[in-house]
Amino acid sequence: MGVSLNWLKEYIDYEWAPEELAHRLTMAGIAIEGVEQAGDDCIMDLDLTPNRGDCLGMINLAREIAALNGKKIRIAPVSVKENSEKVEDYIAVELADPDLCRRYAARLVKNVVIKDSPDWMQKALINSGIRPINNIVDITNYVMLETNQPLHAFDCHLLEGQDKKIVVRRAQAGESFVTLDETERILDSEMLVITDSRRAIALAGVMGGFNTEIKDDTRDVLIESAWFLGPNIRRTSRRLALRTDSSQRFEKGTDINGVIYAVNRAAALMQELADGEVVAGICDAYPQPEPKRIITLRPERVNRLLGIELNMAQIRSYLESLTFPLEESDGVLKVEAPSYRPDITMEVDLIEEVARLHGYDKIDALLPVGNTTQGGLNAVQKFRDRVRAVMAQNLYEIVTYSFINPLHLDQLRLPEAAEERKVVVVANPLSEEQGIMRTTLLPGLLTTAATNLARKNENLAFFEMGAVFSPSEERLPRETVKVGAIVTGANDINWLQNKVSYDFYYLKGVAEDLLRQLNIMDGEFVPVRIESYHPGRTARIISGETVLGVIGELHPLVLQNYDIKPRCCAMELDLEALYACSRERIMMQEITRYPAVERDMAILVETARQAAEVVKVVKDAAGDYLSKVVVFDVYTGEQVPAGYKSMALRLLFQAPDKTLTDTEINESMSNIQKSLEDQLQASRR
Amino acid sequence: MLERLHEIKNEVDKKLVDVVSMAELNDLKVKILGRKGEITGLLRGLKDLTPEARAEFGRVANEVKEELEMAINKKGEELKSHELMARLERETLDVTLPGMPISMGGKHPLTLVMEEIREIFMGMGFSVAEGPEIESDYYNFEALNMPKDHPARDMQDSFYINEEILLRTHTSPCQVRVMEKMAPELPVKIIVPGKVYRRDDDATHSPMFQQVEGLLVDRNISFGNLKGTLMTYARKIFGEDLRVRYRPSFFPFTEPSAEMDISCVMCKGAGCRVCSHTGWLEILGAGMVNPNVLRYGGYDPEEVTGFAFGMGIERIAMLKYGVNDLRLFFDNDRRFLQQF
Repeated sequence: MGVSLNWLKEYIDYEWAPEELAHRLTMAGIAIEGVEQAGDDCIMDLDLTPNRGDCLGMINLAREIAALNGKKIRIAPVSVKENSEKVEDYIAVELADPDLCRRYAARLVKNVVIKDSPDWMQKALINSGIRPINNIVDITNYVMLETNQPLHAFDCHLLEGQDKKIVVRRAQAGESFVTLDETERILDSEMLVITDSRRAIALAGVMGGFNTEIKDDTRDVLIESAWFLGPNIRRTSRRLALRTDSSQRFEKGTDINGVIYAVNRAAALMQELADGEVVAGICDAYPQPEPKRIITLRPERVNRLLGIELNMAQIRSYLESLTFPLEESDGVLKVEAPSYRPDITMEVDLIEEVARLHGYDKIDALLPVGNTTQGGLNAVQKFRDRVRAVMAQNLYEIVTYSFINPLHLDQLRLPEAAEERKVVVVANPLSEEQGIMRTTLLPGLLTTAATNLARKNENLAFFEMGAVFSPSEERLPRETVKVGAIVTGANDINWLQNKVSYDFYYLKGVAEDLLRQLNIMDGEFVPVRIESYHPGRTARIISGETVLGVIGELHPLVLQNYDIKPRCCAMELDLEALYACSRERIMMQEITRYPAVERDMAILVETARQAAEVVKVVKDAAGDYLSKVVVFDVYTGEQVPAGYKSMALRLLFQAPDKTLTDTEINESMSNIQKSLEDQLQASRR
Repeated sequence: MLERLHEIKNEVDKKLVDVVSMAELNDLKVKILGRKGEITGLLRGLKDLTPEARAEFGRVANEVKEELEMAINKKGEELKSHELMARLERETLDVTLPGMPISMGGKHPLTLVMEEIREIFMGMGFSVAEGPEIESDYYNFEALNMPKDHPARDMQDSFYINEEILLRTHTSPCQVRVMEKMAPELPVKIIVPGKVYRRDDDATHSPMFQQVEGLLVDRNISFGNLKGTLMTYARKIFGEDLRVRYRPSFFPFTEPSAEMDISCVMCKGAGCRVCSHTGWLEILGAGMVNPNVLRYGGYDPEEVTGFAFGMGIERIAMLKYGVNDLRLFFDNDRRFLQQF
């Protein structure tokens, strides 16, 4: 909000230059965004925290300056010359819902002349960002800016009903009402309205009604000055998406005892600037007067909480500079929180007042003393760090949004029954692109690959670690941490010409390295068909009974859905499953002193046979001394019959307690050969 | 014969000078000292000499033989060393050519900053706590002293799942979650890193971003301790010459509340575009835990006090790495990621 310094000076004297004033206020908690010259005036841009809505009123802002420089504020004295009539003869106020409106005061000003307000008032309004309308409306706005008490003026003759009664009540559900801006609003039963005997004439605290608007021919004006419950006004304002100068003041809390000054001030100005005749008396419905808020402040508590040493006199002086009424008794202060400061409700609120006036920078910085604590990460957190560190050895980490476009589920070709389609929906997303919470990391990985490829970043290796979300029977959705990766292209060109394609086996290597570094020794890759992936190039990664995740080349139709041309491989692993399968303890195995014997063997097997099958047969048939099998070549082509492939194995034989003889090894080799023939119809080449 | 012996010696000495390879040297050695060599041949003629002459000749012959062997060996050593040097010269590599590309990869800059911040606080004895990203209204707002329709809720426009459940708007809900778990144990000394969500999307706001929350509850924790802890943190992350200032602010879950500014890391406080020419950068919000929040957590505010703080990781990362556009963090361009 913009504050005119020329206007502010009517309430308080100060000798600071505008920038100095802005700095001092900022350092005392009244944040000033900037100061701007506007003709002969200076406009200060106020950026108030929600607890200090009071400073939206000039007088209260002046009080802050007074607390800083010790000067006194000036409040314009109000003298209303009343006529001999009684307001009660014209109007009565009834509070049907006193929980939402605890006070409603009204005054009647007759025979006003509607015209432009004087220049000084128009200027004050313009410099505060409010457009002048006419003298009556301008006066209500002017007094609001001055006192922070929103006012409303009704054209009295437009009130309907014989008895001229104002009723403040909750609206009926579905009740329709046209506000001043000529917009029809449908109300609900928690919204408060001001009504005459027949119909709503204002949306309480938010905006007046079109039906009772001040017009050029208005003669008699009813001024409303009321106190409405902040949260209710905020609710109404948000539901109707209607935020006004009035609503934002009520939301933050206004001064229930300030309504009378404001209504009198407005009446006096209408008398002065609109030739009005003020009817005697105020209709003031205030059934339950606000009790005084007396708060006990203990000096030792001030010092303990802030870590400083202030004596009673110093503490008193800060509160007195704010003109908070107080009494000292038995070493404590009984402080009355003024009604214009609804934010002060507890002892700590007073401590904050002392602290901010003393200056935060004057409080010494000290490291805490007390029991030392170990701090650090727990086992799961350490594990997660390890996973991330291993992945980051070969892949670049990315961070993508947790919410995704629901279209991704189709782009991934997920079947109707897929678990990933059970999603947590965001009720109020910024756009449909962020409409649901992700159930898989693939959309982020694919989108990132696609954007990079579009920018000619061709060799990509990315991973992401983060939560995915699914609905749950529990109160909150289920959150599972996953690590996913995507690769495409090859390693960057290099003169050694060792091109490494970022293909299935590359990513599998990354996965195997991860399992190895996490001490998961029994990881297996089992072929599987999943809609998002290539049917012949995808595996489930399991350890014992636990599924760790999926790895595979992405389905060409999925890639097409993301406008990705080159092949891409991806994987997605579940952190919890990895953690469960990770072997914590490592026990060393004795290294044998006896020499190992290497034997190579080339076999022909049907193309469909998997290496894992071959290795299993070899291991089962080999006897006790086979310590390692490595598939070191797989070949199809010339010299290999169609439908077959050649597979070369290197076998390592070793015994822990003796040197093996040729006879022993030959026997093992022939057993292996026989088993391969019997079980896999594999012949030795 | 003695003469011949000396002649041989002289000839060999001369020849040795010209020998350039081990092969030549070996030939020479065989020719002179080998079984069919000249010296051996001369020694064979010993039988024709008188015993005295034989003894004399044998002595001299052995001397010459030893001398020759030494000379040849010495030459051998020289040749070997030359040959080695020559081989090494031939083997010279262009060491400026790049090495084998072993791997490519690295952590995201936000992770790096998060880990650095974590490290600093863990060094001060803080543990790391975590909470759900989808949170109940209760923990996200109510238990933090922000009842329904509290105006402070405007500061954090939220993504809702339903009336009671939302994407957490800050990492602060963990304050009460952890206190509930720990009460009445002391101290509660945690940091909470994590993703948070707000309904803002423009050049300086991302609808998802990351925060680190801190909470220390114990007997006699003061605002001074808050300042001491944050000062230590700020200097560790931005450098020892950093200046820090605190401004009063407002958060419903702390009272008193403060905003911490640091002297601009770009211009050292002189004023530049990054700090809008103020010399100061706002980097975190903090304060003394509101007594109501302590009560929600199960602690008696008369017995214990505490401080809390929260900061955005993106902001710190932007300042630390000179990143001028927030969106780069979520754009994940390989050329960006490679730099960290």
